[in-house]
Amino acid sequence: MKIHQLSVFLENRRGQLNVPCGILAQAGVDIRTLSLADTQQFGILRLIVSDWQRAKQVLEAHECIVHLNQVVAIEVPDRPGGLSDVLKVIDHAAVDIEYMYAFTLGSGRAVLIFRFNDPDTAISQLQAEGINVVGSSQFQELFTA
Amino acid sequence: MKKSPTKTGSFHPAAALDYLPTEQLRALQLGRLQHLARRVYERVRLTRDRMDASGVKPEDVRSLEDIRLLPFTVKTDLRDTYPFGMFASPMEEVVRLHSSSGTTGKPIVVAYTKQDIDVWSSVMVRSFIACGLNEHDVIQNAYGYGLFTGGLGAHYGAEALGATVIPISGGNTDRQIMVMKDFGVTAICCTPSYFVHMIERAGELGVNLQDFPLRVGVFGAEPWSDGMRRHIEEESGIKAHDIYGLSEITGPGVGIECACEQGLHVFEDVFYPEIVDPDTGEPLPDGIEGELVLTTLAKQAIPMVRYRTHDITAIRTGPCACGRTIRRMDRIGRRSDDMFIIRGVNVFPSQIEAALLAVEGALPHYQIVLSRDKGLDTMEVQVEVTPAVFSDTVGALESLQGRLGKSIENVLGIHVDVRLVEPHTIERSIGKAKRVIDRRNANA
Repeated sequence: MKIHQLSVFLENRRGQLNVPCGILAQAGVDIRTLSLADTQQFGILRLIVSDWQRAKQVLEAHECIVHLNQVVAIEVPDRPGGLSDVLKVIDHAAVDIEYMYAFTLGSGRAVLIFRFNDPDTAISQLQAEGINVVGSSQFQELFTA
Repeated sequence: MKKSPTKTGSFHPAAALDYLPTEQLRALQLGRLQHLARRVYERVRLTRDRMDASGVKPEDVRSLEDIRLLPFTVKTDLRDTYPFGMFASPMEEVVRLHSSSGTTGKPIVVAYTKQDIDVWSSVMVRSFIACGLNEHDVIQNAYGYGLFTGGLGAHYGAEALGATVIPISGGNTDRQIMVMKDFGVTAICCTPSYFVHMIERAGELGVNLQDFPLRVGVFGAEPWSDGMRRHIEEESGIKAHDIYGLSEITGPGVGIECACEQGLHVFEDVFYPEIVDPDTGEPLPDGIEGELVLTTLAKQAIPMVRYRTHDITAIRTGPCACGRTIRRMDRIGRRSDDMFIIRGVNVFPSQIEAALLAVEGALPHYQIVLSRDKGLDTMEVQVEVTPAVFSDTVGALESLQGRLGKSIENVLGIHVDVRLVEPHTIERSIGKAKRVIDRRNANA
């Protein structure tokens, strides 16, 4: 039930963000969503893309430092309390969130992306509460529907 | 493929002088030193003037200890007498000139008679033998050919050994790797930092040097650490030897590490080593660290008397398991003049390298940048991030940065900034690695 995310190391300098983004554009890889963690000196660009294998291959061919990892995607109703309901379950499961980001799909739906220290426990608890944990293929379908 | 181990301890007649009984060696050295004192007194004006000024005559040299009566020679002497002022042979006897690029003004010129070239080749042969090489080896010589002594010095030695030499010179790394593979190269000569670059480039090309017949590296022309040696040996499966030399004395082949890794054997029948206090010039006993001073006992065209190398080391006298009787010196990790001072602390780049290597996963691609901010000196150590150390979380990268900084701080006792940079942003060296960028005067 986990989905693939690519993390790219960036120096915090002018023009650096467009290095990986330009490479992906050239390769025809669509960025589904992203988040950027930054410090004064460096940043980590986290990407979920249409084709992670191809994205990883082209980025590495251009000497980017890429790390493949797995995150958990959750679909929630886009309304006040949508996120809070999920966080309550996670708190209750005593799982730590390393980071998260989110986007809305329009038509009253939103997707939350989580990196947990213990994703398996988080997934089983969320599913037990009837929360929609989205797998890889279902995630990609969100964009083609 | 399992690599054949380097032969050790096998005696080769061309290396007989390495095993001379000490008494015999000292007698040979004294005879040569006395001859040298006469030669420079008669033929080199600068040295004669200095000897006259201190009232020393060649015949005052009655024992090896009397070498201390002779004046030091320093690099600026060669610059001041540029180009031929220190030659002791007429030009018709000189068969070759080399020159080193002057970073601070005029270059220096060194000269060789036919006999000087033969002696140089003989110490290179002895160096290669100490590395376990013989006539069956194929030696890729990636030292630069030309005015730099590294290329031709290693070349003539490899030919004199009877090995097959590939005079590829430096640069064009992809071709180096192709030649290494296609020609069945068993030994490589180059700077250690260039070989690290070759390993990295081979990886990018999808080839593994472990699969090649390459088994020996003869690395020199810049100081390098034991950590760098381990890295090279693990990544490429070869045995890495440190070779020492300098153009002023002759070129590569002044000293070489045998397989025992107990320091570098100095070919002291032709290069007489002393250690002195770098500040006062006072001689120091064997076993004590100081500045290496070398005297060329057999050189004709441009003999050097007590040349100050600025290289910091100690002479070791104990027996070596390889059986060689010539003395050894510690590997040179630093020079008395590449040291820089930051906020009153003396720093050698080798200390930074050792500190970085102490932290897991940090590979030796780094650079030290010194700058001045509002009158205060700052030091930033830039370290390239590798896939092995890259983590998805900011915390993990900041922790790596912190550990690297802490490790350096533990050695130097001052705070330094560590900056993680993208791969390939630090310039790779073809020749000597440039580890320190000093911008303190540029933006003062």
